[in-house]
Amino acid sequence: MEKRIVKNALDKNKIKRPVLKNSIKAFVVGGLIAIIAQGLLDLYMRVFELDKSTSTSMMSITLVFIASILTGIGVYDKIGQLSGAGTIIPITGFSNSMTSAALESKSEGVILGIMTNMFKLAGAVIVAGVVSSFVFGTLIYLVGLL
Amino acid sequence: MKKIGKNSIIFDDVYLFSAATVSGPTEKNGPLGGFFDSSYEKLDCGESSWEKAEARLMNDAIRLALFKAGLSEEDLSLIVAGDLNNQLGVSNSVMKDKKVPFLGVYGACSTSVLSLINGSVYIDNGFGNYIACATSSHNATSERQFRYPTEYGGQKPSSLTSTATGAGCGIVSKNKSSIKITAATLGEVYDAECYDSLDMGRTMAPAAAFTLKQHLKDLNVSIDDYDLIITGDLSTYGKKVFDDILLEYDIDVRNRHHDAGCMLYNPNRQTVLAGGSGCACCALVMYGFIVEEMIKKNLNKVLIIATGALHNPIMIAQKESIPAIAHAICLERGAV
Repeated sequence: MEKRIVKNALDKNKIKRPVLKNSIKAFVVGGLIAIIAQGLLDLYMRVFELDKSTSTSMMSITLVFIASILTGIGVYDKIGQLSGAGTIIPITGFSNSMTSAALESKSEGVILGIMTNMFKLAGAVIVAGVVSSFVFGTLIYLVGLL
Repeated sequence: MKKIGKNSIIFDDVYLFSAATVSGPTEKNGPLGGFFDSSYEKLDCGESSWEKAEARLMNDAIRLALFKAGLSEEDLSLIVAGDLNNQLGVSNSVMKDKKVPFLGVYGACSTSVLSLINGSVYIDNGFGNYIACATSSHNATSERQFRYPTEYGGQKPSSLTSTATGAGCGIVSKNKSSIKITAATLGEVYDAECYDSLDMGRTMAPAAAFTLKQHLKDLNVSIDDYDLIITGDLSTYGKKVFDDILLEYDIDVRNRHHDAGCMLYNPNRQTVLAGGSGCACCALVMYGFIVEEMIKKNLNKVLIIATGALHNPIMIAQKESIPAIAHAICLERGAV
């Protein structure tokens, strides 16, 4: 009886998450970041005449730098609230998760604070990257043997 | 005092002798900003860490409450306090330089009322003349404790509440004042089988509803006896669940129920998502707004139900549901 009343009241007031609206915002903002990245890549390749792989690295570094600065001055979380996955999935999100964790842990000192906690959120991405590169590397090697 | 019904207490002679509130900047800019005794313009309150900032808020609240009552620390026979930090870190650090017995309590966001009930019980049983009941919360300390770093750019859902920055302190005494603490109902832990730590309002609403139901039954009173019923931090979504559950039991609170989490901020102007939460949310509304309105004789009898989501981040990650609790205390206009 009691459980049923509670369940009904909770079900009746279920919160609808605006999935479509969020997806569109994420698509637009994520796309904008990709356009900026492409612009940076072209800039490094054409104006600075760097080769493609160096330009790609430079482009990533620039994005990471900008996202880190925006996190530090307290802007990135506001953009993130608007665009969701649009700013978290690109490399800028990786940068934000590291910078925000480092900022948060500053009061606990350099080693036990910043260095220990910096990868608290980003660590999952690193582990996923290492594990998947091992799996796919092995697969590619095995396919090459055939 | 005596026990009445299953979970309630009736106090003989306990008064809320003095109360003080200290808020952060967002709370000051909210609709109740004018009711707080003191406010900080910056979230860090001039301190080097968030924890120290919260400790300053609590310390200020205790000092202000003493000052308003014309008392000094030596007059206190006990301090009951709690906050949201691990091991009650902030309360413990505030007590470092206080030569007063200390009772630390944890009831998550229900700590404001939990500490007041404890203080009242001690006073009514003769443990000295004055007892301070304090609580605090800080947006930045609790975000890092329970959720993500404050500058993390993940999207927060609309159900998420924003932890209030501030502190409140009430001094209870047998000496008469304009507000009498007449009764209290201790809550039972309720498991609504909610698992989402970003949706606390709905998680706590059933606990609050059952505490109110028990309170009415234990004291044999009706909802019409109260001018106002204030819940702690159910927020926009939890408030509706609370009203709906009570309607099923033929208790219609809709025209006299307000939620502290919805009162503290202006959602159209301030980015607080579903509303306010945290120990300070209920404390600021109770010791700030309610106390002042009762002194002005605009309110005669108010029931405050502070709600707490007793969640542990590790156990949530282990897929355990979130237990919730709600404690109620009844304030009435006193003799003076």
